[in-house]
Amino acid sequence: MSDVAHAHGHDEHGHHAHPTGLMRWLTTTNHKDIGTLYLIFALVMLFAAGSMALLIRAELFKPGLQLLHPDFFNQLTTMHGLIMIFGVIMPAFSGFANWQVPLMLGAPDMAFPRMNNWAFWLLPVAGILLMGSFLLPGGAVAGGWTMYPPLYIQGGISYDLTILAVHIMGLSSIMGSINIITTILNMRAPGMTLMKMPLFCWTWLITAYLLIATMPVLAGAVTMLLTDRNFGTHFFNAAGGGDPVMFQHIFWFFAHPEVYILILPAFGIVSQVIPTFARKPLFGYASMVYATASIAILSFIVWAHHMFTVGMPAAAQLFFMFSTMLIAVPTGVKVFNWVATMWRGSMTFETPMLFAIAFVCLFTIGGFSGLVLAIAPVDIQLHDTYYVVAHFHYVLVSGALFSIFAGIYYWLPKWTGHMYDETLGKWHFWLSVIGMNIVFFPMHFLGLAGMPRRIPDYALQFTEFNQIATVGAFIFGFSQLIFLAVVLKTVKGGAKATSKVWEGAEGLEWTVPSPAPYHTFETAPVVK
Amino acid sequence: MAAGNAKTLTKLVVATLGMFGFGFALVPFYYKICEVTGVNAGDEQALVKNTQVDATRWVTIQFDANVNEALPWRFKPEVRTLTVHPGQLVQVEYEVSNTSDKPIVGQAVPSYGPARAASYFKKIECFCFTPQTLAAGETRRMPVLFVLDPAIERELGTVTLSYTFFDTGPQAEAGRAKQG
Repeated sequence: MSDVAHAHGHDEHGHHAHPTGLMRWLTTTNHKDIGTLYLIFALVMLFAAGSMALLIRAELFKPGLQLLHPDFFNQLTTMHGLIMIFGVIMPAFSGFANWQVPLMLGAPDMAFPRMNNWAFWLLPVAGILLMGSFLLPGGAVAGGWTMYPPLYIQGGISYDLTILAVHIMGLSSIMGSINIITTILNMRAPGMTLMKMPLFCWTWLITAYLLIATMPVLAGAVTMLLTDRNFGTHFFNAAGGGDPVMFQHIFWFFAHPEVYILILPAFGIVSQVIPTFARKPLFGYASMVYATASIAILSFIVWAHHMFTVGMPAAAQLFFMFSTMLIAVPTGVKVFNWVATMWRGSMTFETPMLFAIAFVCLFTIGGFSGLVLAIAPVDIQLHDTYYVVAHFHYVLVSGALFSIFAGIYYWLPKWTGHMYDETLGKWHFWLSVIGMNIVFFPMHFLGLAGMPRRIPDYALQFTEFNQIATVGAFIFGFSQLIFLAVVLKTVKGGAKATSKVWEGAEGLEWTVPSPAPYHTFETAPVVK
Repeated sequence: MAAGNAKTLTKLVVATLGMFGFGFALVPFYYKICEVTGVNAGDEQALVKNTQVDATRWVTIQFDANVNEALPWRFKPEVRTLTVHPGQLVQVEYEVSNTSDKPIVGQAVPSYGPARAASYFKKIECFCFTPQTLAAGETRRMPVLFVLDPAIERELGTVTLSYTFFDTGPQAEAGRAKQG
């Protein structure tokens, strides 16, 4: 305590003294520190949930039960999903927002630095609740990341812990969103109008609004689960007159906008990277902003396409089918704009650009398989098969995760002051992109042939494609160790990065030295 | 700037709380939508339909009640006519009272008009199955539970169920002895 007071006293005089060691990180209100913490948390969780994926793939190498008890297999699929979404992708994007939004807007820090500290430090608590539940009697939750009743009403103590963890993570991301919206709306440098903002800030502004609109709905839904479990209510308990299908409607009202929460910041990162390495301004900036907003608005009226098989009138199926297909229009606008940005550009292919190009190609594949699934009669055949698994891994691995890699390689020199090892970066890229396609492309065929997801065993005819997928998974999984090595090496040392870092880089963050000083833009820059 | 931030914060917190409430508001909203659109008519679908009810036609049943002159009782049906589907389970009630000052045993005898309708009346429960003992001045309501056989001829649009109560106790025996 006296440490903090002491440091605070110093702060009055000079800006460069702050607590050291653990207290520095626990008490920090600096947007760069908090951004770093978010990214470290996401990296740790990536390896935790990635190891679960490898265990799943190892079990699926052969038909029959080899390594894992089926119930433990179910725990792994559930926790892999929950952690990858709430523990990896969302915190990583929050890390980027913390680092980059103030730097891009010319703001000295986030609007509410202490709330920012809270928003981060809630996450490890939720992470411990989730991971710790593996050790409890009955093991971790095994009812799927979608938390459907009746399984989530019937399960043991770990289900209560998971519900609590979801509450905490929701609170964390709401606080983060409030911070980001307020920073973007109120703290832009003079002359930085909304339509001059880097697209990354636009996509995060819209994402933050989506979070404010949907996270509380999820909190309400899991609160109802909690009272059904412990306090005798019957919101979803059919035995007491409740309706389990209603949970699916409320859940997907949250979870469809959630999938755009997981991809819009990715669009933002890619929209920063591609113009830099194509050495051309982003093609169709305004249309990018409007497309992002359209996707966000449409995301609220498509949720039931996740539940075509629960039974609904044909008119409702048609509505959700066509509204889902409509989202392909603004998404197509974005893809064409990225391609047009590269068209006749002076392109170079450093690692961030490679990941961004892979993003454009592979995310588009995921988008197309999404269009296939949007067709209600086709979806009834493909529902809960590996085709769905292939689809959402194309948009989340080669979509969201690849954009995070692109962003890390792109901004790491600015954050650390050192260039990363380009050779190792290229190894990481090529092994990732090849491994990723070996894992997930055969899953399309498995799904079309009818292999159901979330089951530890399968019929013999699915063996070859599963073995290919497992080999790919181990290539992809272990190549992430290269990523870890690159990051650690860059943090420790390496060639000195210039303040501009990339020849084609544009924007306020490239006007500050590398590494970015602890405090930046204390006097706001003027944007012409 | 700080004042502006506080204002934005307030708005966003209100929006967050509003959306938390909206999550719960979705519950009644869901049931209303289901009711209006008939989406969740699962309850009705789940009930086993009684396929023996012939919903394509109606039969009018007239209920008639008489008391033999030797019996000091009053006897009347609760409803005089009822229109039902063949195959449908029907329950009607009659009211009977003993107007004398001593207990009397009586039994009702049914008859049908037209007489051939008798074979289509499937009585499941009837006060006419057993003798009824009424205390002095007692009034009682008694049910009849029956199904009209769906095989009933289409020409039989109206049938009459008529009951007549007879004295079956010792007084009747005595009366018969006197007459004899």
